[in-house]
Amino acid sequence: MTVLTKNLVLTKNLVLPENFSDALRHEIEHEAGLYERPQAACIDALLIVQRHLGWVSDSSIAEIGRLLDMSADAVDSVATFYNGIYRRPVGRHVIRLCSSISCWVCGYDQLRDSLSQKLGVPLGGTTADRRFTLLPIQCLGACDHAPTLMIGDDLHHDVTPEQVDELLARYPAPAEERS
Amino acid sequence: MSAPLAPAASGTFEPPDRPLTAKIKPGQGPVSIDDYEKAGGYQAARKALSEMAPAAVTQFVKDANLRGRGGAGFPTGVKWSLVPMGPEAARPKYLVVNADEMEPGTFKDRLLLEGDPHLLIEGVILAAYAIEASISYIFLRGEYTDAERILRRALAEARAKGYLGKGIFGSGFDLELHLHASGGRYICGEETALLNALEGKRATPRAKPPFPQISGLFGKPTIVNNVETLCNLPGILHYGIDWFKGLSRTPNGGTKMFGVSGKVKRPGLWELPMGVTLGEVLLELAGGPKEGLGWRGVIPGGASTDFLLPEHVELQLDFDTVGKAGSRMGTGTMILLDDQTCPVGMVHNLMQFFAQESCGWCTPCREGLPWARDVLGAIEAGQGLAKDLDRLQKQVKFLGPGLTFCALAPGAMSPLGSALKYFRDDFEQHLREKRCPFRH
Repeated sequence: MTVLTKNLVLTKNLVLPENFSDALRHEIEHEAGLYERPQAACIDALLIVQRHLGWVSDSSIAEIGRLLDMSADAVDSVATFYNGIYRRPVGRHVIRLCSSISCWVCGYDQLRDSLSQKLGVPLGGTTADRRFTLLPIQCLGACDHAPTLMIGDDLHHDVTPEQVDELLARYPAPAEERS
Repeated sequence: MSAPLAPAASGTFEPPDRPLTAKIKPGQGPVSIDDYEKAGGYQAARKALSEMAPAAVTQFVKDANLRGRGGAGFPTGVKWSLVPMGPEAARPKYLVVNADEMEPGTFKDRLLLEGDPHLLIEGVILAAYAIEASISYIFLRGEYTDAERILRRALAEARAKGYLGKGIFGSGFDLELHLHASGGRYICGEETALLNALEGKRATPRAKPPFPQISGLFGKPTIVNNVETLCNLPGILHYGIDWFKGLSRTPNGGTKMFGVSGKVKRPGLWELPMGVTLGEVLLELAGGPKEGLGWRGVIPGGASTDFLLPEHVELQLDFDTVGKAGSRMGTGTMILLDDQTCPVGMVHNLMQFFAQESCGWCTPCREGLPWARDVLGAIEAGQGLAKDLDRLQKQVKFLGPGLTFCALAPGAMSPLGSALKYFRDDFEQHLREKRCPFRH
């Protein structure tokens, strides 16, 4: 227990602020200007960082704290509350699979199993090539077209297990995209 | 200035019988600002801002008896009338749009946001004017990425025309309208939790009083209204109280977005008169259960409403009538329980949602919902115990209204309590056979 605490302190002391790009920093500062207090833009800032960098690292937390005049712990307490903020690295494309009631009634289990099998990861997992992360999500509000999922910002509906291969093929692996 | 007896008259436009969706053409993208104006859009706001005092707008909406479309059905004008007015009132005042649609089975605001964004913006202008709010935020579900893109564009169009900003429509009224995409948590739909989220905090609900009307966002007078509620305002101000009341088949005025999901022939969403019957929506419009299936019940208005049964097909859907039948109209989007779907599994899925989405602030909800979920999961897995049904019944009682900090846990108990009442045989069969009889 003592060792754990020591490590934790050590880790925290070692966290250096992330060097945000000017564009990223300006976006955060713009959002901060839309509220009575800049701290109100904390969630916006987390989402902006995530859009630019893919996820929110400890050093990003520290840097957001610096920009908004908050402690890193205060920022982290907010970050860890929200489902949509990733505190661990995710793949190039995050698959958000609706697990709520209408999709459950209309074949969520089969779709989950199919995705999980094709990707070789359980819910919460990231593929070895960092191409996909598979996450469950609460109701996506397209219940008349269940089952639904999102890949990145795209909503896909009426998805059958048979369509999974074709659907995944539309989203390139990180290396393919760079070339 | 006193309240005018007649609504802001427009002249040439035929009063629509589907005011929320009349301009939306499925598959053709959102209504542009030009098309919106060609169909009479922004006339209600233009008229109200130049001819009516803010208090008169509130009185008008009160007299129309518009009730909140977010699920609770609280009278909108009454809500507004509790905001301190006049030069002494604290400022800035805020008008917040609750566009955080996340109640499982609910997909109504998405259509309005994606289909006719200027209808919402005009509604925001009217509501903000009525309470003298100078700043407004749209609190949008983060996953509604299409709606975000469409709204940002519509906001830019409205600003470019001077419909947002300083001195709107030549009046002395200023309004800034910003968009906030949520980080994602169901509890953000609770209005005081939403305000904490807008302040950049964890979205835990606040104690009431003080009510948001007195001390809301940043401690200032604030109104939080649902998307569909606000979309009703231009029509009410434009065509008047009698027209609005006449849209409905019952004393609860207006139309309502109704939807059906689950294993039905034609799942979908329709704008219909308030007071349409359950059977008309579920069996006629949605076509009833798919070929080869029967139906045993329906969750009428999103995950936190009590089951209704086939015996309720003649029930008129409005706030008061559904309440008398022991459930709630809620969001008006219903989920079918067909006869091949396990009611225990259905409630287990719902409880999984509520347990995960509990904000953790109060103990009964934080601890109780995972218990209920786990007990239901055990029954579904064939590992239930005889005493589990009493246990669940106790949960329904101890997590009921008044015993938790907010309405999340009581909402979670609605489908569970009603399932224990209506589908008790299914629970007992699971226990007796030590398996889910619906899995083959």
